[in-house]
Amino acid sequence: MIKIRKRAADAWFGVLALIVFVFSVFPVYWMLNTSFLPNNRIRGENLAFFPTPDVFTLNNYRAAMFGEARAPFPPAVLNSIGVTFLTLVIALVVGFLAALALTRFSFKGRRTFIVLILVVQMIPGEAMIISLFRIIDGWQLLNTIIGLTLVYSAGVLPFTIWTLRGFVNGVPKELEEAAMIDGCSPAGAFWRVTFPLLAPGLVATGVFAFIQAWNEFVMALVVMQRPEAMTLPLWLRTFVQATQATNWGAVMAAAVLIAIPVVVFFLIVQGRMTGGLVSGAVKG
Amino acid sequence: MPAVGARPGLSSQVSKGSTSEGRLSGRQDMSSVLQKPPAPTRQLIRQKRRPSYLPWLLLSASMILVGVMTGYPVVRLLVMSFQEYERAQLMGQPAEWVGLDNYATVLTDVEGFWTVLARSFALMVVLVVTTLVLGMLVALLMIRIGKGMRLLVSVGLLLAWAMPSLAATTVWGWVFDTQYGVVNNLLTAITGDRWFGHSWLLNPWSFFLILTCIVVWGAVPFVAFTLYAGLTQIPEEVMEAAQLDGASAFQRFRLIQVPYVRSIITVLVILSMIWDLKLFTQVFVLQDIGGDRELTNTIGVYVYQMGMAQGHYGLASAIGVIFVIVMLAISYPYVRRTLREEEL
Repeated sequence: MIKIRKRAADAWFGVLALIVFVFSVFPVYWMLNTSFLPNNRIRGENLAFFPTPDVFTLNNYRAAMFGEARAPFPPAVLNSIGVTFLTLVIALVVGFLAALALTRFSFKGRRTFIVLILVVQMIPGEAMIISLFRIIDGWQLLNTIIGLTLVYSAGVLPFTIWTLRGFVNGVPKELEEAAMIDGCSPAGAFWRVTFPLLAPGLVATGVFAFIQAWNEFVMALVVMQRPEAMTLPLWLRTFVQATQATNWGAVMAAAVLIAIPVVVFFLIVQGRMTGGLVSGAVKG
Repeated sequence: MPAVGARPGLSSQVSKGSTSEGRLSGRQDMSSVLQKPPAPTRQLIRQKRRPSYLPWLLLSASMILVGVMTGYPVVRLLVMSFQEYERAQLMGQPAEWVGLDNYATVLTDVEGFWTVLARSFALMVVLVVTTLVLGMLVALLMIRIGKGMRLLVSVGLLLAWAMPSLAATTVWGWVFDTQYGVVNNLLTAITGDRWFGHSWLLNPWSFFLILTCIVVWGAVPFVAFTLYAGLTQIPEEVMEAAQLDGASAFQRFRLIQVPYVRSIITVLVILSMIWDLKLFTQVFVLQDIGGDRELTNTIGVYVYQMGMAQGHYGLASAIGVIFVIVMLAISYPYVRRTLREEEL
């Protein structure tokens, strides 16, 4: 009796699990599905649930990249790559130096600095768009990659410092000290022993800085207003903003193009970052 | 990732030498106490290695960046909030000091500011509760099901988690599209009524229903994974013993599982509150797709509308300052808690 009841319960939980799966995946599946369908199958009353070979098309991607969009695609890609790459480099280098200071040294003001980092991380960028806009404008950096990079670097820096600090703390200092006793200079011991052990942490932190900069929308909206200065999120927005009927096939293709790098990188590092996210984090 | 953040007691003992060990003793165990005092060679190395300016040199770049790009904007925001700052001032007219006028205008604006603030808080409460409840249910489900099913659920959750919020919002906008959306299509097929042409975004209530779907869909994976990780730490004997003693599933949940993950739940609640209160992208883009901005603004979007769109920079700054204060107040317990946990 008990066995049968347990099996029935198992079946129910299996069904629940399937429901969770379907609900999680459906929007992603629907995005991909629509992006490969021709317009007459998208705007029809009989739905196409799969882009079968007879209807499969890449026209939406063509339309998204070279078509009617109000902002051109190629500069948007270049802007996004430029801003993301620069942000990544600056945040990692600057954040790493700070993380070193906070973990390998004890000095007056260390705790104050850490508190400051935590507090700064809690200040919402959304609240400061007005003054940031005026400041960037005053420096003549509106619509420039440098302007947006500055905003982004400062934005991801607290998170970068915090996460890298955790990673550096995870490498026992004894390893370094052993190398020093064996004749390494302090710097040499750090570069030869600790740094290689930190590489995975640097990669994971870098990927998260990448994802945040790549996805960021609000600051880009304020700083990059000209069509040719737009980053990919702003470019995607121009599709749904249009007053005429939205070309959903192209929008979904555009969404796929933006999401692919993020999803790929995210899947690479997610396991490593769950804990880091719990201990003080910004969501992308 | 258990290693990260856990400070090895030994290393912190050795590293602090004798100068400041009282203040910052890490999680020490017996071995670290026994290892004291450090070998003289180590101390020698240490003294040679630390010029006192070196840590500040390492921190200087961060301090400049944070100072210029966060500190200065905060100060500038404060200054602007006490000035009359409109389009004319943008063109170069000197900004006049108006004292607390902007704050007075904002704080007496029941139709505008207070409505938006109340709406943001109400939305936040709904989002946090829904996310946490669903996240907990999914976590419990993941414990209960077999390995294969768990992998399936994890893959689905990861995909939802990884989707950029902007892309996700457009996809949901398409799913609920007025003319050709799959929801209207399926509703027509199921109910027999014609749902084509039904707009989900024009009505503020269904607008927020869809917004809730988008945000919860994106936020549940993080909550579920974190809670699942916490729940798997509970020793199996404890659960079994309770079961043998006749505790029902709900009793086991309430009396064992919840207390075990209570601290995780607290952190998740605070983080979710922070994220959900400063919601911007999803609201803004959903409004683009077809919402009524006036009736659906949340605080972040309101700052943008007031300042960037309508040109009332002074008023928007005052709202921004209030927004910052609210967020810091909400984050305060989180910051304190983090500092305590890190034993700083």
